[in-house]
Amino acid sequence: MTRNKRRRTIKVSQLARVEGEGALRLDIRAGQVTRAELRIFEPPRYFEAFLRGRDCREAPDITARICGICPVAYQMSAVHAVEDALGIEVPATIRALRRLLYCGEWIESHGLHVYLLHAPDFLGYAGAIEMARDHPQAVERGLKLKQTGNALLTLLGGREIHPVNVRIGGFYKSPRPAELRALLDPLREARDAALETVRWVAGFEFPDSERDYCLVAMRSPDEYPMAAGRIVSSDGLDIAVNEFGEYFEEYQVPHSTALHGRRRDAGHYLVGPLARYSLNHDRLGALAQEAAAAAGLGSQCRNPWRSIIVRGVELVQACDEAIALIERYEPPAAPAVEVTFRAAVGHGCTEAPRGLLYHRYQIDGDGLITAALIVPPTAQNQPTIERDLEVYAADWVELPDEQLRWRCEQTVRNYDPCISCATHFLKLEVHREPA
Amino acid sequence: MSRRELPRLLLAGIGNPARGDDGVGAAVIAALRGKLPPAVSTLTDLRAPARLLAALKEVDAAWLVDAAVGAGEPGTLTRLDVAGAILSTSSSSHASSHGFGLAAALELARALGHLPARCVVYAVAAQEFGHGAGLSDPLRLAVPEIARQLLSEVDRELAPCRSLDHA
Repeated sequence: MTRNKRRRTIKVSQLARVEGEGALRLDIRAGQVTRAELRIFEPPRYFEAFLRGRDCREAPDITARICGICPVAYQMSAVHAVEDALGIEVPATIRALRRLLYCGEWIESHGLHVYLLHAPDFLGYAGAIEMARDHPQAVERGLKLKQTGNALLTLLGGREIHPVNVRIGGFYKSPRPAELRALLDPLREARDAALETVRWVAGFEFPDSERDYCLVAMRSPDEYPMAAGRIVSSDGLDIAVNEFGEYFEEYQVPHSTALHGRRRDAGHYLVGPLARYSLNHDRLGALAQEAAAAAGLGSQCRNPWRSIIVRGVELVQACDEAIALIERYEPPAAPAVEVTFRAAVGHGCTEAPRGLLYHRYQIDGDGLITAALIVPPTAQNQPTIERDLEVYAADWVELPDEQLRWRCEQTVRNYDPCISCATHFLKLEVHREPA
Repeated sequence: MSRRELPRLLLAGIGNPARGDDGVGAAVIAALRGKLPPAVSTLTDLRAPARLLAALKEVDAAWLVDAAVGAGEPGTLTRLDVAGAILSTSSSSHASSHGFGLAAALELARALGHLPARCVVYAVAAQEFGHGAGLSDPLRLAVPEIARQLLSEVDRELAPCRSLDHA
């Protein structure tokens, strides 16, 4: 009896190197993948409900608690949404500080994923500890990058995890120029490490396979997208942030406690580094563009395995920008602008390391939140991850269970999924049965 | 004979003081404030493992105090010689991108060749981890004795240098 003529069940107790808990189920019938489901069973976290009745000035601190790796993304989407509702414009000096803080988050998040979570897949190790024995210099480079990103968060955010210095209208305290200048040398070293990262990961072996994703990311006139811009897609969508709800929606599926995202008119889509890069290659700085070209990336990338190279390129961009922002830093006249309440609805969208993160708040005249909506990147990517598994597993059905499981885990890790943001994740079951 | 250099020592309180007994490490370090020789550096609020890894690289000996679950009656101290035994990193804390546990951090340090020649974990059996709860009574009562033991280990480590100083 050949393998595809019988039913088999494969279970993985926990998928390693992603955040959270859940299960992956593959059904294979007569050698065909008939179903691929991310079965997220962790209870919902109710953050949107926690926010109701709270002072809108609390939104950045409450939502930062959604994620320990990307708290800045939650804070930035929250402050933009609340400021949109209250009609607050912050000066360029505060916008620059926010971008610098966001650079820190990209550096620490991408540094972690590239080196400690994703690279072991390409080099055949079970994890970072095993990889460190043979590639200590690479792991040290990753740790150094993470530390430098964390140092930016500590200085600007008050601490490296769940920063406390961000507020509606700006910051509680702005850094002194000398404090920022002290980070220049570590950031220059980090920029060199980022360039070395791109060279290193470009040498990995990648499946030669592109997918026809619908890509969605932010886009700005004059910068690589982080905390400002419009929402654009590879099929021509170009909307303001406050139009998100008209074009995108979340829906419930029976097998997941996390909502799935889709375009109202065009189905599933992809957010994150591949989308950002492919829709904004022309907004990268010269150094990042050169690094991408030297690594063999064109102006677009739709190969999910090569997302590790794109994260490397974004590391270069974030380090390079952080240096430039510090070099031209002018302390804001005041760390924050004044906040006046009014009843309104506000929208905020920024680029978390894992992709588009949308917040919407309805606020009453006393500044209390009456409704909140948070759409995290991993929720938006879930249907696309499932589709990747369906497409790619079709070529792997003849593999032994252990190898099939490994390939499926890799396919999921390409996305750097943060299930604690979307809720949580991941065990693998493969059901094989005859026709 | 040239004077022997003082070894660099690190005492780290692992854990989050805002989560009940998880603050026992920080409490022990606080109890030792003002009693430690200059060769000893201290660290607390180490929620990001990269900082611990960087600190371990710089020292010759380290003692890490952390709260432990399932380690006996609350307040019980278990002394683990990390330099001499591989720690299990198979728990889920190793698997997550966000939670990178103490065992994984120490094993990563070992793999990188940065584990100090002497590296000891003081695992203190914990009772509860409530938000803002402070230490439970058994752990609060255990802190002075844990601090005393730690201080005496530090003294023993530095004793050879002291005797040379006095020679």
